[in-house]
Amino acid sequence: MTKPGTSGLIFNEPELWEKSREGRCGISMPRSDVPRADFDPALTDDAPELPQLSELDVVRHFTRLSQWNFCIDSGMYPLGSCTMKYNPKTNEVQAARTGFAAAHPLAGDQFSQGALKLMYTLEQMLGEITGFPAVTLQPAAGAHGELTGMLMIHAWHAKQGKQRSKILVPDTAHGTNPASATLCGYQSVNIKSGPDGILEPDTVAEAMDEDTAGIMITNPNTLGLFEENIKEVCDIVHAKGGLVYGDGANMNAVMGIIKPGELGIDVLHLNLHKTFSTPHGGGGPGSGPVAVVEELIPFLPVPKVQKENDTYSFITDCPDTIGRMHTFYGHFGVMVKAFAYILSMGGDGLKRASQLAVLNANYIKESLKTTLDLPYDRPCMHECVFTDKTVQEHHISTMDMAKRLLDYGFHPPTVYFPLVVDAAFMVEPTETESKDDIDQFIEAVKAIVKEAASNPEKLKSAPYLPKVTRLDEVTAARKPCLKG
Amino acid sequence: MRYLPHTRQDIDQMLAVTGHADLNQLFETIPDSAKTKTALNLPEALSEWDLNTEMEELASKNAACGSYTCLMGAGSYDHHIPAIVPYLISRSEFMTAYTPYQPEVSQGTLQGIYEFQTMITALLDMDIATASHYDGGTALAECALIALNKSKKANKIAVSSLIHPAHRQIMKTYLNPSEYEMVEIPADENGLTDVGAFNAMDDIAGVAVQSPNFFGNIEDLGSFRAGADEKKCLLIASFTEALAHGVLKSPGRFGADLVAGEGQSLGMTKSFGGPGLGLLAGTKKLMRNLPGRFVGKTTDSNGQRGYVLTLATREQHIRREKASSNICSNNGLNAMTAAIYMASAGKNGIREIAQLNHDKAVYLKNKLVNAGFKSVFSGPFFNEFVVKAPSGFADKRRELVEKHNLYAGVPLESYYPDMTDHYLFCATETVSRQAMDLLAKEVQ
Amino acid sequence: MKSIEELNFPSDVKYTDDHEWAKVEGDLVSVGISDYAQDQLGEIVFVEMPEIGDTFGQGDEFGSVESVKAVSEIFLPIGGEIVEVNSELEDAPELVNTNCYDKGWLVKIKPDDLSEMDSLKDQAAYLEMLKG
Repeated sequence: MTKPGTSGLIFNEPELWEKSREGRCGISMPRSDVPRADFDPALTDDAPELPQLSELDVVRHFTRLSQWNFCIDSGMYPLGSCTMKYNPKTNEVQAARTGFAAAHPLAGDQFSQGALKLMYTLEQMLGEITGFPAVTLQPAAGAHGELTGMLMIHAWHAKQGKQRSKILVPDTAHGTNPASATLCGYQSVNIKSGPDGILEPDTVAEAMDEDTAGIMITNPNTLGLFEENIKEVCDIVHAKGGLVYGDGANMNAVMGIIKPGELGIDVLHLNLHKTFSTPHGGGGPGSGPVAVVEELIPFLPVPKVQKENDTYSFITDCPDTIGRMHTFYGHFGVMVKAFAYILSMGGDGLKRASQLAVLNANYIKESLKTTLDLPYDRPCMHECVFTDKTVQEHHISTMDMAKRLLDYGFHPPTVYFPLVVDAAFMVEPTETESKDDIDQFIEAVKAIVKEAASNPEKLKSAPYLPKVTRLDEVTAARKPCLKG
Repeated sequence: MRYLPHTRQDIDQMLAVTGHADLNQLFETIPDSAKTKTALNLPEALSEWDLNTEMEELASKNAACGSYTCLMGAGSYDHHIPAIVPYLISRSEFMTAYTPYQPEVSQGTLQGIYEFQTMITALLDMDIATASHYDGGTALAECALIALNKSKKANKIAVSSLIHPAHRQIMKTYLNPSEYEMVEIPADENGLTDVGAFNAMDDIAGVAVQSPNFFGNIEDLGSFRAGADEKKCLLIASFTEALAHGVLKSPGRFGADLVAGEGQSLGMTKSFGGPGLGLLAGTKKLMRNLPGRFVGKTTDSNGQRGYVLTLATREQHIRREKASSNICSNNGLNAMTAAIYMASAGKNGIREIAQLNHDKAVYLKNKLVNAGFKSVFSGPFFNEFVVKAPSGFADKRRELVEKHNLYAGVPLESYYPDMTDHYLFCATETVSRQAMDLLAKEVQ
Repeated sequence: MKSIEELNFPSDVKYTDDHEWAKVEGDLVSVGISDYAQDQLGEIVFVEMPEIGDTFGQGDEFGSVESVKAVSEIFLPIGGEIVEVNSELEDAPELVNTNCYDKGWLVKIKPDDLSEMDSLKDQAAYLEMLKG
């Protein structure tokens, strides 16, 4: 089989309210065993205009909708910087255990020992993996973790007695980096990466001063390259009294190989929904734990998990804490899945995962470098970046190639990011893709590049096989229709 | 390891292509000084079967096992979840799908979220709803930032002291690095936010009031709307119990400019407090100021109806340091969960369930008062209320968990220090009359 | 995207380095973005405008122009007070693509100092900048 993508019977399905019929209900009404208590009518209103559907209406509706989705379980997502690895099903079983799923967050320490022990142990494990003494699990997503980390940096500087106004952000940074910095009142100072695609100490030294709070670094960076000068960069920033924020989104490349905490990074966020296999859910929920060095421990958000002998509890008496980031303790349901994953892999397994992730990416890089333009022809980590230079003469773009890949049965790679590469086409296979699947992907890309030369018009109107063809995003933005 | 498909042969063939001698050599660009010298000190990998054993043991250490009666709310609510909800949401195509940036292969997620947005606007009577946020507290903090950023003159936000304490704490954390100020509106003796105190304030960019409030009491949002109009500031209405809007007048009817709330009650398990569902809605005028993702309806090149993420130019991946929020992900799968729940319950179902919640809570309050508890507030409430317990109740409460698997209320002292012996009780449609009668008998 | 030769650069307006144009119209100065700018941006979906009465100095950011995937700040060619904004762009932002010099104008200002126009580029100088 050369091409997993094919056509099939896809059902049409209207919007919920188009199926709605007066009088239908899809839920089982609990029996009422107490008297009716009426409200003052001034407080109430007509029932909300929700659709009225039978149970099968709802089941069929969402089943049909699901069939229009691509997903990891049906095909490969070689999305750079997203780490779309397989989501193990046993993780779902663990999170669904009544003891976890039905636990009320305010049940009290005595009756929540299972949850507390899980959180405490997970913190320890993530600290071990990243080389830091303390971790908070409270942030609900990567960007939330970034904000948490930046708030701690801000608080640390305030405690030093002098708040700074700037933060250094490499040109390869994910958009959430400068956005998080802005939320802390920091002005982002753009740092250009060198010709090799990595940060050069001189450039950092030139920009670093005593009004700069620190630097935000992603390592490996978003070009899939290891920041070889990272130790020197950290020293430069520290020498002028700044702190180093590490964006750990690309941790999948280096587990058991490096520990960010050993390289001079002061605070690092992780993405459980990337490196640690929890499902993306079509856009969330994720989880963005943050690991810190000793000096930043006082600023961690509360409540914190504490262990005394064999008993666990929450503590909130932390005078220098930045405060609270989430209503309760973070996305516990996601933590359970990541915890189960780490227990299933073990230390050797995680290192193996990183090795194979890097192997897969380098294999793709070598296999496609004569087909697509490779701006940085050097060893990559878990992802590699191409451009559309080789197909430009046919007036084909990265976008066109991406859309045509859908017909071949693959989700496109990350496109047009990072911004330092023109028309980037960034591939991250992850370790859970087999050589066979990767070979299919390579063949698909080669076939598409051939099509670009022989039949460019075909690519310009691709895709043909999914439920819809290219959508009018211009009208969607000019005349937004955000509800039915 | 079953998640790692590479055979020895695969690895050898691939290394031949990359030109490396072994897997370690793949990391040659990392300086030796940067490589870690210690192996990862983690427990040895568990088989699926040993994992089950270990996790079951951990789960059993939470007193949530078997059937237990939950009379606690305070932002996390026990509701019946229909079987079709976890069934549908566990479909691979929803669970393991990525963010719908490639809309052609994400129409399932996109239509689902579009329907979610629509139903939330119906529930809250607002023009626009986002594709969701992390939780009610962070959604509220984002609303505060909208009001503060939008105001050209005022830099204060008036915040009711009866908003969930954790939500207020989150807002404080978010506003800390800025020049903005939070001003608390005190409560009156009826357990409601003091409108008079709010009216006397100056220099206000926005006012945030939760209804039903933390004590379960229903606030008079109309008078806050009037006050906000006077001050030409925005009215932000918040909530922690989404089901309340099944029966009560919704914030949109009071003319709220922004609404922030927790949607966990719409089909999600409590899961020790997360993940929940942050709901955020606004008026049409504020559309471009709202943070987070939006799904919009459009057509494809064949004129067929389709959906896309839209108005992305507000977001961090385009605006970067100029974005008004740094939010990237939404709680997508939970938004789908809420959509499935709302579609199942429907217009009349949600009304009936909300009414049943109210019936149960009124019954419980009466039983407790008859058993010797004191009613603290006399106004209307929804599924939560405050009572003062007779002395010695703290021990009884622990006993009720251990012997009867029943959680009797949330003690309020840690939130409001002068509310000693005060408890916030919650009764939803899941609580049986039998359990409530048992409780009353036990505490007599 | 078009080549320079395919684009339009009238001689009766002055241009800035950031691709805005300015044209004196009696007491007022009309401002917009050049054909090059609109072509680079692609299909425009929204224009963020200042309010009438707002004042800006020469080179100050006074709004932004958005396509589906990008946002471009716009800078005032000369300092002044906003007296008119093109309200048609609210419903038809595409006018900036189709008629960037006439119907697609952005704002009209009461200039602080008309001599600031001298620092702007004329057609020849702007073309040179684009080709260079």
